[in-house]
Parts: sequence; structure tokens; C-alpha cells
Amino acid sequence: MTYFLQQVLNAAQLGSIYALIALGYTMVYGILTMINFAHGDLFMVGAFFCFLAATFLKLPFVPTLLVSMVGVALLGVLIERVAYKPLRTAPRVSAIITALGVGLFLENFTLVFSPYPQSVPTLIKNVTWTFGGLSISSLQIIIIVISILMMIMLDFIVQRTKVGMAMRAISWDKASVPLMGVPVNLIISATFALGTGLGASAGVMYALAFPVIDPYMGILIGWKAFIAAVVGGIGNIRGAMIGAFILAILEIMVAAYISSTYRDFIAFALLLLLLIFRPYGILGKPRAQKV
Amino acid sequence: MKSIKEPSQSGPSKPANETLSRLRIIWEKIASNRKALPITIIVGFVLSILIQQFDLVDQYLQIIIMFVGINIILSVSLNLINGYMGEFSVGHAGFMAVGAYVSATLTMYVIPTWLGPWTFPLVVLAGGAFAGLISLLVAIPSFRTRGDYLAIVTLAFLMIVKSVIENIEVIGGPRGIPGIDKLTTLPWVYFWTVASVLIIRNFVYSKFGRGVLSIREDEIASNLMSVNTKQVKLQAFIISSFFAGVAGALFAHLLQFISPKVFDIIKSTDVLIMVYLGGIGSIAGSILGATIYTVLLEVLRPLGIWRMVLMPLVLVLLMIFRPRGIMGMREFRWFVPYYNLFATKIWRHKKEVEDASSGS
Amino acid sequence: MKRVMLLVSLMLLISLLLGACSTGAGKNEIPVGVIAEITGDIPAVGASCKNAAELAVKEINDAGGLDVGGTKYQIKLYIEDNAGKADQSASAAQKLATQQNVVAIIGPNASRYAIPASEIAESSEVVLISPWSTNPKTTLDAKTDEPKQYVFRAAFIDPFQGRVVAKFALDNLETTKAAVLYDVASDYNKGIAEFFKQTYEENGGTVVAFETYTTGDKDFSAQLTKIKDAGPEVIFLPNYYSEVPLQIQQAHRLGIDVPFLGSDSWGSAELIKLCGADCEGYYFSTHYAPDVATPVATKFIESYEATYGVVPDDVAALTYDSFGLLWQALQSAGKVDRQAVRDALASIPKYEGVTGNMQFVEGSGDPIKSAVILQVQGDKFVWFANANP
Repeated sequence: MTYFLQQVLNAAQLGSIYALIALGYTMVYGILTMINFAHGDLFMVGAFFCFLAATFLKLPFVPTLLVSMVGVALLGVLIERVAYKPLRTAPRVSAIITALGVGLFLENFTLVFSPYPQSVPTLIKNVTWTFGGLSISSLQIIIIVISILMMIMLDFIVQRTKVGMAMRAISWDKASVPLMGVPVNLIISATFALGTGLGASAGVMYALAFPVIDPYMGILIGWKAFIAAVVGGIGNIRGAMIGAFILAILEIMVAAYISSTYRDFIAFALLLLLLIFRPYGILGKPRAQKV
Repeated sequence: MKSIKEPSQSGPSKPANETLSRLRIIWEKIASNRKALPITIIVGFVLSILIQQFDLVDQYLQIIIMFVGINIILSVSLNLINGYMGEFSVGHAGFMAVGAYVSATLTMYVIPTWLGPWTFPLVVLAGGAFAGLISLLVAIPSFRTRGDYLAIVTLAFLMIVKSVIENIEVIGGPRGIPGIDKLTTLPWVYFWTVASVLIIRNFVYSKFGRGVLSIREDEIASNLMSVNTKQVKLQAFIISSFFAGVAGALFAHLLQFISPKVFDIIKSTDVLIMVYLGGIGSIAGSILGATIYTVLLEVLRPLGIWRMVLMPLVLVLLMIFRPRGIMGMREFRWFVPYYNLFATKIWRHKKEVEDASSGS
Repeated sequence: MKRVMLLVSLMLLISLLLGACSTGAGKNEIPVGVIAEITGDIPAVGASCKNAAELAVKEINDAGGLDVGGTKYQIKLYIEDNAGKADQSASAAQKLATQQNVVAIIGPNASRYAIPASEIAESSEVVLISPWSTNPKTTLDAKTDEPKQYVFRAAFIDPFQGRVVAKFALDNLETTKAAVLYDVASDYNKGIAEFFKQTYEENGGTVVAFETYTTGDKDFSAQLTKIKDAGPEVIFLPNYYSEVPLQIQQAHRLGIDVPFLGSDSWGSAELIKLCGADCEGYYFSTHYAPDVATPVATKFIESYEATYGVVPDDVAALTYDSFGLLWQALQSAGKVDRQAVRDALASIPKYEGVTGNMQFVEGSGDPIKSAVILQVQGDKFVWFANANP
């Protein structure tokens, strides 16, 4: 029983990180119907900003987190303005390729400055409590709690504020929103800032839990979080969270009870099956297509 | 009265202009002579054999040319799904992996070494055939899903192929198969490249090809117009993955080493870049894209790490200023069947004749 | 549009021409290739290899060149980065063999990169010496399991090393239950894990957990939880220096407090930098100990420290030895010819290098050497024991 609970804790930690990244994907998709494939790499940049802030500016945890989130948010807005805005009217695949290109650029640019894997200094001292065989580390708890706080904050912004209302409006009907006097470009930038900021916070959490970072760390995690967002129903915030935790639980349980080498295989196969039977994801709504 | 100002001499100076126009005239002459195509193919084939036998070109350059050929096969086959059919498949590396592994397994564990070079074409065919078979895993879900969800399906497929190979210890698992015999030669690459270009071009301009194009434009409408979308999709996927498998088999016997890591999402992304760089919906575009991408990566090698920073930057700029790729949806005249080129002219001529006969 | 086409075709032509003019070595120069992991997941290994290679070549060139068959040759070094990828190791080997026409290739270091490159070297008939690879497959043909003709190494092989660590765990640490966590996607890790298990169980111990992960994984919590549940007395981590710190830190977070054992992949100074206090007091097996050096080793260590400011690690020492073997082979061959160098190298019976005495057996590219056990103490590695074959 303790073994199972221990693995559940591991899954909760992993799921929180996936969720924060998946939320970024889902928000951008909801507004722009565009898959920002550079998102995983922005997660990586978040981890690197955390490394820079902690090592060279010697900031404690909370300022590091803020610096990282704000820095990546600004970067996200910049990328949106420079690379994605001109392609809003172009065929969708061009935007996707551009996103892939931006991602590659970020990876290799970081590689130029950091060809070595870097070690992030410990920002939070870890304490491990043991309850009859079950080890809970304070780091795990902190990661899970902060992630939940972030998600609640996001939910609040999207559901209760004017900016969030504008975001939801744009995701429902893009054409008529400007007619209502809503500054669409500003809202889109705000969405990017929020989404990428969350991705950066995931990067910081990840750097706390796994303190050795390298420029390619965002690739696989980015794609996994993307699948999680789609499984939950892309465009749906709650769905992204659900999808992320489902993916994390599947992965950890397969590694725990079968074998670590089957981890990816079974997780992806089950997701594939889910998509075959529920093509729009768990909380997704089928979009009517006009002929 | 003010005199109208003479337009100033803009652009290149006069002598440069003349050479450009002269080159243009030569180009036109070659491009419009349809008979030149079969001749070029045969000349190319002879050249490939000569270069191989007498090392007319640096051995390393030969390897590069072979990689270009393999990349051409990959991008032309992916263009069928992504360009002509308008889907977004990131699973191409998975088909390549199947072809590579099936062919490598046959060469390493089944066929005795001395028989290798003679059975090579069969081995490549086997690789392609298996890949074609596996494509059903992607084609069948594609009946129900479209767009982004299909992208997920292809991505999941890629990961599944990778994971399955990693778990089969007999063929090396995640560590791969080293020491594959070097059976890929320049003539073989040339042969398969020409074959893939010809077959895919014929497919695109056939009745089924029209179906592919119509699916891209509007799937539901084409379904209503009695296009058998299921059959068309199935065929497109099978042909595309067959050639991806062929490319994989050639790749395995050139690099002499394969492992699941080689066929990951980055490989798929490479092929995607080649297709979109060259231009979607254009065979000449894929050839161009593959060539430019491979050669440019080689040439920029002295730049070291900055090479991989520059390349995506160029790609992003290209997408912003030319979102459809270099060749867009245009096609090189040699690749378009004779009838299509002049179809509009013939139709208009017919119409004129009809109007003339009925109007008077 | 036409202008674009013209520009593009001109570009292609120019680049093809540029590529065709290969920059080969000059008349009195010997081209030697090096494949190192300069970028990628284990760059400290590549850096050591590159530094030692450049030092070895500089020593020869500064002394006027290498005397081969009466003529003095300068050495031209071509260093290729395999970026921590196995397929790039293979293509780097192809490039060095065909474009630069090197007489020999030194490297790659990690077995998972050395094995594909060695196959290319074997089929291209170029000598390849891997400084650091310990997995037996590097010098054995993949199809027939016969020794390769053109591939040699400067290090001992893992059947020996696995035995050393197992014996250490049984006798010195006095344990009977061990667990192993290894990378199943890497030949070296898997190979030595299996050799360890074999020896440990043959001598009365039990391996209670034999867990795997894949290269690049960062989250080992699931596997470590399983290991903890099995209750081992020692845990063997035959993994590279960039992964071990994460594994040990996560183990400590889960409340695991048994000692950890490592193998020669731990040997980089980066390990201590990344691991900090978590690795204090643990042991690992490796090729040489800088603090108990022979006169030959001391000379090299001083020279390396003077040039690069750090104490050379095992990769650097082995690379230097690989070059030493190559110089000896070239001189006894008398000419700059791949086949002659190969034959000369194969007939070297003994070599005294920085990393100790190597004995070569006819027909095999693997030297018989001793190993040392080091311990992590503070911010450096301290010699603990010797292990002889």
C-alpha cells in the first residue's frame, strides 16, 4: 500500500509540471487555433532563466520564480509579435512550421551559451518526512502546492476578470470581438504572456526537482504536455489539467508495475485509443464544420 | 510642357541583364523540350554508375549525394500527405524506422553476407512494404479525425514505433543495430529516387490524385461529390509510407547504424522542414527543398554550433515572407503531364470552335 | 520568381564546388582524426579528450614532428564533434575516413558512440583506437563476434570491471544484497550492469532489484521507489556523470541511505560539481588515480595542468595513451599507410602509459590492465585500492 501511495505522490509531482505546460498550449490554441510548438522550448528557457537568476544574481526562490516567469512572458510576447502575427492569415501549417523553427532556434541558441548540462543551485532546502515507509519530501509538496496555486490563479483570471472574458470571447468567435471594441492584439499578447509564464513556472519547478538542466530538455516534455492538452480537449483549460494528470499517472504506474521501458509505449498507445474513441478529447466539444 | 522622365536604369547593369536574359532563354528552351526528360534520366543513371565505379567525385561527396537522394524520397513522399492532401503528419520518421529496421534485420540476421548485394533491392522492397502495411495504423484513425487531432495520432504513432523497437531486445533494443553492411550505392539511390518521383507524380495526376487534392480543399464536400475518401486516404498513406520505408532501408545501409533515437521527432521535423521549405503541393519543390536543406547543412558545417542557430532562423524568415515555400504550389513543367499543361488551352480552343459553329 | 530560381541554383553550384575541394593534409603531414563528445549529454568527456589530443599532438609537433621512416612529419589533427549522438559518430567516422583521409581515428569515448563508429572504421579499413570505451562490443564484429581487425582500445573491458566492482561490493563493503539502476539504452551501462550481476550472484550475493531507465530520463522516482522497496544494502549506478547526481539526490529524497557504487563513467570532475555533498564517501572503479602517479604519469599530469589548469581525468590520460600507441605504431611501421599502421599496432606486446602497463594479446584489440578504486572525498577523488586482473 505504501508503495502505491509513494508512486501516486511521484505521479502528482510529474502531473503538476505537465499541467502547467499543457495549460500554456491550450490557452494559445483556444485563442489563435494555433499549436505553439515552441512552448516546450520556452519551458526550457524558463528553467535556464531560473539557473541564471539563482547562480549569477543569487536570488532566493520567490524572486527567481518571478524573474523567470516575467522574462519568459516577455520573450513569448516578442515571439508572437515577430514570428506569429504576420502569419495569422497564412495557411495554418506555415504557422506550425514557424513555431517548430522558433523552437529549434531557441534550443540551439541556448546550446551556444551552454553546451554543458548545468546544475541549478538548491533554492529550497529539502526535508524528508517518513510515515511508516512512505517518504514525503518537502520539495514534492512545494511543487504540487505551487502548481495548484498557479492553476487556481489562472482559472480566476480567465473566469472572473475582464481580460479573461475577452480571452474566452475571442476563442468562441474571433471575427466579431474586434467589433465590440476589444483590443484583440493586446488580448492575444496577454494570452501568450500568461501561457508562456506558466510554462516558465513549470520550468522552475522542474529545475527544483531535477537540478541538472540542458537545452534539449523541453522537446519530449513539450510533446507529452501537448498530447495531454489534446487528450483533455484542446482549448479547454480544465481539460488540460485533467489530461496532464492522466498522462502522469499512466506513465508512473506503468514504470512502477510493469517496466520503465514500456512507459512511453503504453502511455501513448492508451492515449491513441482514447483519441480514436473520443476524437475531441475528454472535455472537448466537436466543432461544427460548414460545407 | 514638362517632358516625361525616362525610367532610370534600376536593377542590374546592362551587361548583367543581358546574360540573365540569355540564361533565361536557354532555360526556356530546355524546359519546354519534353523529350529532354527521359534523356536526362538515362544520363543521370549512367553518370551515377560511372561516379561510383571510378570515384570521379570525392568519396565523401558521393555520400552527401546519396543522403540528398534519400532526403528527396522522404520529402516527396511526405509532400503527398502534407502538401497534396493537406493533412499534418509528423509520423514520417516512424515509417522510415520500420523500413530501416525490417531491411537491416533481413540483411544482418537472415540473409548470408555473400548474398547481400544481390538481394538488396528485395530487402529495400520488403522494408517499404512493411512500412506500407504499418501505415494502416495511421490511415484508419485518419478516417475519423482531421487536422490537429490527426497530428496527435501521427505523433503517438511515432512514439509507439520507437517504444516498440526499444523493447525488442533481439534487434538491439534501444542500443540499435551497428555494423550493417554498406549496400547502398549511388546507382541504387538514383534508381529509387527516380522511381519515387515518377510514381508519386503519376499518382498525383491520376484520378486518385484529384481525390487527394479535393480532400485538401474540402473533405466533406468531396465526400458528397462521391469521392471515396476512405480509399483515397488509404492509398495516399500507403504510397507515402512505402517510400518512407524505402528511404529508411537505403539510409540504414548507408550509415551502417540505426537506433530508435535516430528516428525521433527531430527527424520528422527535418523532413517537414524540407517539404515546407521547398513548397507544398509541388514535386519539384520537394526535390529542391531536400537538396537545399541537405547541402546547406553540410556547407555550413564550419560554422559549428551557429549552423543550427542560423538554419531555423532562415526557415522562420522564409515562412514569414513566403508561407507556401519556395515553389509554392507551382510545378516544374517537366513533371506535369502533357495534357495538363495545355488543358486550358485545348479547352478554350474547343470552346471557340463550338461557339463559332453554334453561334453563326 | 525566376530570379529566385537562378539565385538558388547558383548557390547550389557554388556550395557543391566548395564541397568538392577537400582540404587534405599537406605533403609532410600525417592526418589524424579525433571523434569526441564535445557537445551533447557528456561534454566533459569530450573536452578532456580534445585537450589531451591537442596536448599530445602539440608535444610531437613542437619537437619537430614525428620521425616515420626517416622523414619528419607534422601531425594534422582533425577533431569531429559527435554531439552526443550515435548516428553522428558514424557519419563523423565516414567523414574522417573519406574526406580527410586520416591514417587513424582516436575516439569516440562512450561505448554507445564508439560501437557504431568502430563498424564504419572496420569497413573502411581505417585504424580506430577508442581511449575510454570499455564495452567488449567495440572490438568485436557485430555479426560474427570475432575480434575486429582495425579497432583497438586503450582501456580495460567491462567483464573485468564488472567483476572488480562486484568483488568490492562483496568483500570490502561486506554486502549480500545489491540493487542496480542502469540505462538500458546505452551499451556500456547495460553491459557492465550485467557483468556485475553475474559476478555478484556467482559469489553468493543476490541482486534484489535490477531497474532500468532510458538515456535522457530525469525522473527516476518510480524505479528508485521500487529499489527502496526491495531493501538492498548497496546500490550500483554504472551511469554517466551527468545522470548519477540526479539519481543519488532523488534516492536521498526518498529516504534511501545505503551506500552507492559506481564505475569509470563517474570519473569526471563534473560529477562532484553537480552532485555536491550527496556523493560524499561513495566508491567507483576507474582507470588511473592522479594522486598515486608513476613517473610517466606525473610528467603528463604536470604538463596537462600547466596547459589547462586542471588535473587530467581518466579520459584525458587514456586519450594521451592512445596517441602514444599510435606514435609507436607509426614509427615501427615506417610509413604513413593505414594497413602498415594497423599491422604495427596489432603487434605491440606491451606499452607503458600514463594509465599503467598495458599488455596486448595477439588477435585482440583489448589491453590487459589493472583498475583502481577511488573514493569521493570532499571536492576530489582519492585513491582507495588497486584491482589487478
